[in-house]
Amino acid sequence: MAKRIDVSGLTAYYGTHRAIDDISMTVEPRSVTAFIGPSGCGKSTFLRTLNRMHEVTPGGRVEGKVLLDDENLYGPNVDPVAVRRTVGMVFQRPNPFPTMSIFDNVAAGLRLNGTARKSDLAETVEKSLKGANLWNEVKDRLNKPGSGLSGGQQQRLCIARAIAVEPQVLLMDEPCSALDPISTLAIEDLIGELKERFTIVIVTHNMQQAARVSDRTAFFNLAAVGQPGKLVEIDETERIFANPSVQATEDYISGRFG
Amino acid sequence: MSHTAIKDTRTPVDPSDGRGSLSQRSLPRWAPTGFAAAGLAIGAGVGAGAGLSSKVQWGLIAVVAFLVISYTATTVVENRRQAKDRLATSVVWVCFVLAVIPLVSLLWTTISRGIGSLDPHFLTHSMAGVIGSDPNGGVYHAVIGTLEQVGIATVIATPIGLLTAVYLVEYGKGALARAVTFFVDVMTGIPSIVAGLFILSIMLMAKIGPSGLMGAIALSILMVPVVVRSTEEMLKLVPNELREAALALGVPKWRMILKVVLPTAIGGISTGVMLAIARIAGETAPVILLVYGSQFINMDPFNGAQSSLPFYIYEQYKIGEVEAINRAWSAALLLIAFVMILNLVARGIARWKAPKTGR
Amino acid sequence: MASTTPIDTPPASPVPPAGPSSSSSTGRAGDKIFSGLSRGSGILLLVVMASIAGFLTYRAAIAISKDQGNFFTTFDWSPSANPPVFGIAVLLFGTIVSSIIAMVIAVPIAVGIALFLSHYAPRKVAAPLAYVVDLLAAVPSIIYGIWGALVLVPYLGGLNVWLDQYFSWTYVFDQTQPGVARNMLTVGILLAIMILPIVTSVSREVFLQVPRMNEEAALALGATRWEVIRLSVLPFGRSGVISASMLGLGRALGETMAVATVLSPNYLISLHLLDPGGATFAQNIAAKFDEANPLGRDALIASGLVLFVLTLLVNGAARLIIARRKEYSGANA
Repeated sequence: MAKRIDVSGLTAYYGTHRAIDDISMTVEPRSVTAFIGPSGCGKSTFLRTLNRMHEVTPGGRVEGKVLLDDENLYGPNVDPVAVRRTVGMVFQRPNPFPTMSIFDNVAAGLRLNGTARKSDLAETVEKSLKGANLWNEVKDRLNKPGSGLSGGQQQRLCIARAIAVEPQVLLMDEPCSALDPISTLAIEDLIGELKERFTIVIVTHNMQQAARVSDRTAFFNLAAVGQPGKLVEIDETERIFANPSVQATEDYISGRFG
Repeated sequence: MSHTAIKDTRTPVDPSDGRGSLSQRSLPRWAPTGFAAAGLAIGAGVGAGAGLSSKVQWGLIAVVAFLVISYTATTVVENRRQAKDRLATSVVWVCFVLAVIPLVSLLWTTISRGIGSLDPHFLTHSMAGVIGSDPNGGVYHAVIGTLEQVGIATVIATPIGLLTAVYLVEYGKGALARAVTFFVDVMTGIPSIVAGLFILSIMLMAKIGPSGLMGAIALSILMVPVVVRSTEEMLKLVPNELREAALALGVPKWRMILKVVLPTAIGGISTGVMLAIARIAGETAPVILLVYGSQFINMDPFNGAQSSLPFYIYEQYKIGEVEAINRAWSAALLLIAFVMILNLVARGIARWKAPKTGR
Repeated sequence: MASTTPIDTPPASPVPPAGPSSSSSTGRAGDKIFSGLSRGSGILLLVVMASIAGFLTYRAAIAISKDQGNFFTTFDWSPSANPPVFGIAVLLFGTIVSSIIAMVIAVPIAVGIALFLSHYAPRKVAAPLAYVVDLLAAVPSIIYGIWGALVLVPYLGGLNVWLDQYFSWTYVFDQTQPGVARNMLTVGILLAIMILPIVTSVSREVFLQVPRMNEEAALALGATRWEVIRLSVLPFGRSGVISASMLGLGRALGETMAVATVLSPNYLISLHLLDPGGATFAQNIAAKFDEANPLGRDALIASGLVLFVLTLLVNGAARLIIARRKEYSGANA
């Protein structure tokens, strides 16, 4: 079920401001690809172009191609709603639906798609919560509101919600930045398990995290504040951290700037 | 203002294009406009064909037709989820149009029927000795009444409102402040006729006759909570650093409030006062109970019955003669112009003086 | 605009630094006077509220003690008859029925307009359109009244006939006395138009406060725009819409002139909404005041007291809901 992503010549705008410029890369299926880079380099913007979430921000506009296997996400007739069902997303801050129970949160996406058979629903919810390593903690309080969980549990709930609809790709936008170290560890373990089934792209500020969880790492940079962000290089994670081919990458990783 | 319009740019259907799992047939961009036109055509067709007299029915039929067409077409071409989405969009648009129609009709009627007899004669004469079917007569006495009553109400309500807001923001804490806050909110909802009855009951006990002043006091009861609420909002926007800077210079608190806080917020405060004036200028009920209305010019707001613009409109409407109704519309146009100008100027000041906030 | 930003404002320069001794003495007296005045204004408001209740109750007691009918169950309003007989049954019924009709029509439409302004309208036109809706609120009620009587009533005649023709089986739409549409349905429709702006603007404020991340959560699951609204916006805004509706209800209950001009009153209780007749508190006070004798005025004051209590309860409830909601959203921000 995991698919491969081919990006070519992708440029994204906020109004007239060019946020990222002419990015091309390939993301391998069943692997974890990490995006690193200084603040404002456009890595989150780029992530959001991969499931057409960028265009919901006022003034957001995209040029270029994103191929999911062989289908262009930005082709004519492509329904952005269908794209987002195929490419799931987990956000920086956990955002469960505040008025819904834990069960309803996970079932929300399924219900939208019309998977309404009660027994199927319960089965998928259980499977997804197990997949997110959350089942044992919440199985006795599925009807309690999701907002009552701890931050780390809420984030795993959001992951369960995202994987319940069986997406091809899972995008994660700094999923651990609002969490404590123990919750972060739990999420990182989970990412390791999820890559068996999904193509995962993760944006992170934390370079150790990128080194721990990812197979490949992409480094983004910008020439100056106000300039568009660019992809500097993408390679095997070990190569990027041990022996990058571009000087800027080495400077960033060794903490000389950023 | 944060705005969260969700827009998905959907591309129109191109039949030659091969479709994968993410693509789907979609209606062209002009489809909603087309559906609306078709709905209107059906509404007009059925309305005229069945000889329905009321345009309201034509409109309702058009609305129903529009909703049914867009839902069905989207279900057929796209799918049920898209159809529901399209239906919701259509309903929301219909709601907006429904709200605009009465506003346009009201403004149009008032202008078109009021402009005719709104001339210098109308503005400079009273109704003294004018019978209902006489096309002469004017609003001079009513304009005088409105200006005096609203003027007195403003003089009473503004200081009380300002001081109360200062109390709530600068001094108030504890149970008293909470009670004042709550009752200011509740006071905003007092019907004008109840405020009128309150003053009436005082008049009955103190054996006071009707006068512009009594009406003005009732109007000030309606005005105070509006002034308090808007002033309070404005004072809260004054940054605390300013207060501390003044206090650190050894300025007493009351001078700090008078010289620093109030001047900083003066733009927003005057907007609030003007909006409050616009609100009470249109009140009729207290005038009926407390000022009684009059055909004659009475310059003295402290003695005897007076008229006012809203009362005059009601009085002429009740006469029912064509000439009187014309006078009612002209007075309505005058009143609406007064209220709208106040509103526009007030909001102009608000925009011009608006503090920059982070959002 | 610049005057309230800390940087552009000269910090307290208009106040000349005074010697410590003189400033503390004048300052202390001035402070006492000024804080006393502002505190006094706040207390004055409470006194006014209390005396509204007190005076109305006192006059009402005089009237009710002379009432030969039952004040709550009598249909008639004849305080100047001998013996005087008057009761609020019809007024209470008419006030509530007309307000309910207004709510049933206005709240869904207002929510629709609020969603239109917050989530559907193109960004450039949303703000001016919201302003237009606010202008609707500024139109004086007497002008709504004559518009309703002279424009709306004739337009609704045909609709009444049609409703009677096809829906007379519902009882409420059964028209037993054909004629002009000076009935409760028209009053309700007019009241609905009048409370639309307040319900719309409060709901719109709430919808604009929905956290962006809640909406994105729904979007990322592949929700359509309507599904985003159903999953994130409406649950978040529900209590706000409820309190907005109650504020509108408060307005509808106390509206005087629009009802007085449109309704053709009588003292009967009937659920035939298309028949002329019925009465409301405020309309009855405005209509009966001119002909009222001293007892008649006290009787009207007594009915006003009931209206006062009714609006107090509704507005108080609305404010409590808003206050609770503020705490709730503050804790989650």
